[in-house]
Amino acid sequence: MVPVFFSYFSLVSILAGVLTVALPNPVHCGLALLTLLLHVAGLFLLLNAEFLFVIQIIVYAGAIVVLYLFVLMLLNLKTDERVLHHRYAVILVAAAAICGGLLLMALRSPFQGAKGHAPVEAVLQDGGSYAIGITIFNEYLLQFEIVGVFLLGAIIGAIVLAKTPTAVDVEPE
Amino acid sequence: MTLPLGDLVAIIPELIVATVACLVLVLDPITPPSRTHWLAWLSVASLVACFGITVSRMDATVTAFSDLMILDPYAGYWKLLLYVVTALTILLSLAYLRVERIHLGEYYGLILLSLAGMMIMVSAADLLVIYLGTELMSLSLYVLAGFKRFEVRSLEASAKYFVLGSFSSGILLYGISLLFGVAGSTRLSAIAAAVGTHGLDDPALLFAMILLVVGFGFKIAVVPFHMWTPDVYEGSPTSVTAFMAVASKAASFAAFLRVFLEGLGGLREKWYALFLVICVATLILGNVVAIVQTNIKRMLAYSSIAHAGYALIGVVVAGQAAADNETRALGLSSVMLYLAMYAFMTFGAFAVVALLRKGGLEGEEIEDFTGLAKRQPLAALLMLVFMVSLAGIPPTAGFIGKLYVFMAAVNAGLTWLAVVAVLLTAVSAYYYLRVVMVMYMREPDPSAGLVSRLTTSPALTLVLASAFAGVILLGLFPDPLVSITTSAVLPFK
Repeated sequence: MVPVFFSYFSLVSILAGVLTVALPNPVHCGLALLTLLLHVAGLFLLLNAEFLFVIQIIVYAGAIVVLYLFVLMLLNLKTDERVLHHRYAVILVAAAAICGGLLLMALRSPFQGAKGHAPVEAVLQDGGSYAIGITIFNEYLLQFEIVGVFLLGAIIGAIVLAKTPTAVDVEPE
Repeated sequence: MTLPLGDLVAIIPELIVATVACLVLVLDPITPPSRTHWLAWLSVASLVACFGITVSRMDATVTAFSDLMILDPYAGYWKLLLYVVTALTILLSLAYLRVERIHLGEYYGLILLSLAGMMIMVSAADLLVIYLGTELMSLSLYVLAGFKRFEVRSLEASAKYFVLGSFSSGILLYGISLLFGVAGSTRLSAIAAAVGTHGLDDPALLFAMILLVVGFGFKIAVVPFHMWTPDVYEGSPTSVTAFMAVASKAASFAAFLRVFLEGLGGLREKWYALFLVICVATLILGNVVAIVQTNIKRMLAYSSIAHAGYALIGVVVAGQAAADNETRALGLSSVMLYLAMYAFMTFGAFAVVALLRKGGLEGEEIEDFTGLAKRQPLAALLMLVFMVSLAGIPPTAGFIGKLYVFMAAVNAGLTWLAVVAVLLTAVSAYYYLRVVMVMYMREPDPSAGLVSRLTTSPALTLVLASAFAGVILLGLFPDPLVSITTSAVLPFK
């Protein structure tokens, strides 16, 4: 059963990914992106990563796509402003061929893969989310803290760029 | 969860910088607008403290957070350089922001956050930490590039930098994820071990290596990943441009050298040729395209691309498979030396550009410098020294930097590369000395002259004096710095 689901989720993901960049209407693109994210979530479920599955749906399919759609509707883009021009087809085919070649090259390589340190019994008993939590706050603590500082910078940056000008900014010298 | 105190003690400079950044952000709203310069002085004071701590720890090699961070003399050297450049940037901004009417205290906070990212980059021994450091640095720079919010050029620079920067970060991250797949860890030591067991012909390793070259190539702005540089350098506030051109380039070089020499050192037979091609292409394109520029910030942008090419000569020498460790160490130390010299002269040149105004706007066209020697003899003299140094003429720092890089190349049997670089240095003299010619040989045009508005600022005087002293003193007495770089190179295995 797993191979059937795997093929379904991956094929639809690829198709939705192509549609996201190829559809003429930006709102349709946003919906294709939603389909893509939901099917990638399905792939996570097949890998027994239920925590990632939930996060993918809540954060990406939920929050981020909604935000995208809001912005797209606010901008009111014309549907005829196609981004994918037909004359770029040759370049696209060439790029796809190069990427495919590189992927095939990478696939021939023996991937060792990362092995977790958590014992299987512990993961089965307490669930993957517990195991992820333990790993994040032990092994990846430093990275976690850096991400915290990074997000602080991102918030400040967004505020700075969106601030409306005050009298101080525009008064002559 | 236990947090060993020793790990926190080891990263005290990083903690100070990040904490002061937050403090500046918090203090900004409660500081009266006329007192925002206090925040700048607070930032500079924290940098002085960090400088002292790092100097006192220069000789020791300490690892922290189970080998995620390594605090060795190599990282120490780059951090000292970054503190100096950041302090100069803040002092330059003190005067510059007032004239440009940028009254946002977040500026200093973002500069310090960017510095925190750079410090993480230079002392990280794990690809994920290096990536996060790079992102912290770049994110702050994307925002800083757009700080002149009423100028379309500045916003364009910010948006362009953001889009291309995110794209290159994605490529870098893809390379890191492939290495993680091969090695099962993102530690540089684990990757080095995986390179040893997998051999040179593992396709995934090669693919990942190429992706890392692209990702880092963008950050250090080498051909063919340099397209963003002129537009971003031109549009950003000049103080930010100086910071980007010097600090972000130095930090990216530091991280990139550590990744390629420590993590992918076993693959150097493969990346050596790649860098040789990139190096020659960067030297040629940077120097030739700089000739036709009429805007001085764009000209300095191409000049910074060309200088990345000179520094890459040292990287090529350090990556030679056939050479012995001594020759390779000489290559690495010549890169470290070169970037320190480059820092002072490029920062000085941008500071002079920031200083000169034309009718309330920045005097950015090279034509604006016509007859500057008669109007502003001091500014013209400073610009003369920085241009002469960038062109690599003795007795300035630029000459010593180039001398060591070329010596390393000749020593490693790459005489032809040194010859090509010397010929292109002769080309570069044309566009650097053209600025000098315009300033000194032409009569000033009474209608369109540059006025210096900032000479009264003591901070700016300090910046220009430091850059001037750096260029001249390092040119006359390079030995102390040479011995520091020689003792701070990465250990070659």
